[in-house]
Amino acid sequence: MTMDEIDRTILNRLQTAFPVCDRPYAKVAADMGIGEEELLQRLQCMLEEGVLSRFGPLFNASAMGGGLTLCAMAVPPEQFETVAREVNSYPEVAHNYERDHEFNMWFVLATEIPQRIDEVLAEIEQKTGIAVYNMPKEEEFFVGLRFDV
Amino acid sequence: MGSDANAHGLDALDRRIVLATQEGLPLVSEPYRHIAEQIGASEDEVMRRMRRMLENGVIRRIGAVPNHYALGFRGNGMSVWDVPDEEVRRCGRLIGELDFVSHAYHRPRHLPAWRYNLFAMVHGRNRAEVEEKVAYIAEMLAETQRAHEILFSTRILKKTGLRFTSRQGNG
Repeated sequence: MTMDEIDRTILNRLQTAFPVCDRPYAKVAADMGIGEEELLQRLQCMLEEGVLSRFGPLFNASAMGGGLTLCAMAVPPEQFETVAREVNSYPEVAHNYERDHEFNMWFVLATEIPQRIDEVLAEIEQKTGIAVYNMPKEEEFFVGLRFDV
Repeated sequence: MGSDANAHGLDALDRRIVLATQEGLPLVSEPYRHIAEQIGASEDEVMRRMRRMLENGVIRRIGAVPNHYALGFRGNGMSVWDVPDEEVRRCGRLIGELDFVSHAYHRPRHLPAWRYNLFAMVHGRNRAEVEEKVAYIAEMLAETQRAHEILFSTRILKKTGLRFTSRQGNG
């Protein structure tokens, strides 16, 4: 997809606070000098084309009282696909990335109740026979990045 | 089911709002009214609760999440740093101020297998750019950092984002 100047303006503007009011799209569109309908259409298009992964509220699982952690595993290559399927089968696994390191599998676990974290990790270790290193954040220094496009 | 409110004050209606919006805000002229109709509440009530969740941090923000791959930022690397525990906060804050870093966290070491206690996600248009930026951080931290590595992702195995089901938390 080729983005034009208006798409870029929309992307930059919508990475900061979106209003909570009865017609928020109309409000934001007016700030940018375009119509509400055009903003909605362009957003729809950027979502369909995959330029945006998402548009909406970004929830903070730990502020919701749930459990959230980053986990790493060093999976032998020949077991990698099997272990990936096992790990991904948990709905609590929100993201899972393969990385080029001895610790080659990194996943984020988000559970609605904190105690569930340990249960899932124990199950994965038991099923795969591979250690899961639990690396919950101890302090957060910065979250969020504006991509100026 | 009992009382749904947890320690952070999310009650059953808040949870319905979370469930109704976790895939995104409706792309209609009056999105909050749309959500309200879906969950059987008033538009004012939905807006009031979403403002409250923004204030108490349950919602970080409402907005767009760009797909950085699609925008040409293809060289994302997870940089990991071994710094003395008493320096981790100072280093984390310094790194967090850099405009190419999207997340920075203090995380536990797992010695001897894993020595790193500070994580920073570094973004660039390609690997070389990420490596340059990580070198910049290394120079900035000087001898405070004892070792570091960059872990590049080679494949996304799953990416669904946070998903809560109405059943979780009740059983």
